[in-house]
Amino acid sequence: MSTIGYIEKYYDQLQAGKAGTPLANIRQGAFADLNKMGIPGSRHEEWKYTRIGSLFNREYQLASVQNGDPLNATDINNLRLPGSAQANELVFINGKFSLELSSIRTAGLVVLSLEEALNGEYRDIVSANFGHSAQYLKDGINALSTALVSGALFVHVRKGKLMKHPIYIYNITDARVGNILSQPRSLVHIGEQAQVQIVENFITVGKQDSITNHVIEIAAEKDSITDYYKIQNDASNANLVSTTHVRQLGKSMAHTVTITLNGGMVRNNLNLVMEADHCEAHLYGLYFQQGNTHVDNHTVVDNVKPHCYSNELYKGILKDNATGVFNGKIFVRPQAQKTNAYQSNKNILLSDLASVNTKPQLEIFADDVKCSHGCTVGQLDEEALFYLRSRGIQEETATSMLLHGFAIDVLEKIKLDPIRAYVDRLIDERLEFETI
Amino acid sequence: MLKIQNLHAGIEEKKILNGINLEIKPGEVHAIMGPNGSGKSTLASVLAGRKEYEVLEGSVEFLGKDLLELSPEDRAAEGLFLAFQYPVEIPGLTTTNFIKTAVNQIRKYHGKEPLDAVAFLKMMKEKMAMMSMDQSLLSRPLNEGFSGGEKKRNEIFQMAMLQPKLAILDETDSGLDIDAIRIVANGVNKLRSNDNAVLMVTHYQRLLDYIVPDFVHVLYKGRIVKSGPKELALELEERGYDFIKNEIAIGEEV
Repeated sequence: MSTIGYIEKYYDQLQAGKAGTPLANIRQGAFADLNKMGIPGSRHEEWKYTRIGSLFNREYQLASVQNGDPLNATDINNLRLPGSAQANELVFINGKFSLELSSIRTAGLVVLSLEEALNGEYRDIVSANFGHSAQYLKDGINALSTALVSGALFVHVRKGKLMKHPIYIYNITDARVGNILSQPRSLVHIGEQAQVQIVENFITVGKQDSITNHVIEIAAEKDSITDYYKIQNDASNANLVSTTHVRQLGKSMAHTVTITLNGGMVRNNLNLVMEADHCEAHLYGLYFQQGNTHVDNHTVVDNVKPHCYSNELYKGILKDNATGVFNGKIFVRPQAQKTNAYQSNKNILLSDLASVNTKPQLEIFADDVKCSHGCTVGQLDEEALFYLRSRGIQEETATSMLLHGFAIDVLEKIKLDPIRAYVDRLIDERLEFETI
Repeated sequence: MLKIQNLHAGIEEKKILNGINLEIKPGEVHAIMGPNGSGKSTLASVLAGRKEYEVLEGSVEFLGKDLLELSPEDRAAEGLFLAFQYPVEIPGLTTTNFIKTAVNQIRKYHGKEPLDAVAFLKMMKEKMAMMSMDQSLLSRPLNEGFSGGEKKRNEIFQMAMLQPKLAILDETDSGLDIDAIRIVANGVNKLRSNDNAVLMVTHYQRLLDYIVPDFVHVLYKGRIVKSGPKELALELEERGYDFIKNEIAIGEEV
């Protein structure tokens, strides 16, 4: 399958005069992969229900050639998340990291462009970790991100650094003028015994169509603690593929929460690769969709080494014509004895036209492990609804209360107070929930 | 207060109630007894507005309104309360939030302002003490992990908070030990007044030792076949339901 013409054009522009540089070599390899694999169609097993291919039938501009006035600091101000005054804020506009729009408030937090990192003291870290997600995502979408990588971000949290304030990453797509393909790309290295909270937000400005192809790779060293939150409440013209790839290189703890409330076609890839003994990972997700939104959560937990623990809970509420996909893979490698891996996916469909495809996938090659999985798809509990109504609670309020109750065990996993309050408010607005 | 006339109802093609007539006046306590499958719980469900049940014939008037025309929440707001035989567990919703919403939505229905937090808390503490309930239950998800006794006490606690005109107790004694029955019955008795009424649906006589009825009705095959004073319950306890069945059988032959 040949690459779409305009992508090749951008690739050539990026590579011009850069031949032989480390980044050009990375792009070159990925571009070959892209040509080989192509943009996945619905026959691709991992993309069966998320027909991303059709989105690429039209031409998109790449960020670098966007016309019109760029977004300025005032525009960005309106997009900030609660708690931003204390947070380290890192801003991407159309896939290009912008240092001038970013605010780094924690002393010693290393924020560089990927090129700088690759040419300086962090060279080995970048070489070892950048592009590692490609080993798990064998499709042209991931290759596309790497093939056109430019304006990418590198973050390093120093050994022993306990970051009191979080890192907010704003992935902004400016689709005011034309159809945009935006590819924010980050590599975050978390040193030994460091502790960090990362929040990623996705915002599309403007009414034109857009695809945001986001990739963040996180490499967590021994004894580190990473909390990672992904908030998606974007416009319905905004299509998103968002990949979060976490390598747990030493015994470490990773806690992730993915909240999807709105967007066009949304695909999340979340990979947790446990490469050391005694790693712990938590994967929580809530998708609450309405209209014609499509959301797909593909997760991978790879138990490479023994004695790791993972717990995964994804919950979905689908209204109107919304469609959902959950695909949860757990690998237990031959060496990974004493693995504990749990997975659960629960869905409520609020209309006859809403649907969800859910698929747990366990591949276990060790014989002394505890793994469980389960999924449910159902309607709102009629008996519970009647119980609330029989106490004088109006049907709409009762429905909201039950849905809120359904969602709460995921919401409770957001440990960052301003973000928890923010998401609670979004959910309450969606439910038209009166907090009395 | 409540006037049931010639009520016929069923579920999924199966007819269960075959012409119930019953009138309840303010201040009265009525007990409906009957063997398994006689339609006791169906009657309670139809009155509360459970939608699986279909009313085929007859009418129910409650405080001058056509009860059958009202939604379950409006029935509650008008003053009807059903204590469930099997209270539902609701994860993620605390008892406090639940009852606060219920109290305030009923107030709203009557055009009243919501209770302020202080007044609400005071009321809640009083009613909890009355039901010997542990404060910790209130911050826990509604009925989740509650024991059988705690669930039933929670039902009467809700009744105390909502102050209904007519309380229907559906097999409230089932699954309770004697101490729990006493607490539940005490709660109900304290809530009795000349303005409100109680309809107890029960299989056994023992609850009636604690909540003494003014009238006892025997339900059999979807009809009230015998009514009498509280002594009727004792007679049933002694002789079993068979004597009623026999009387009916003889009556039908005649």
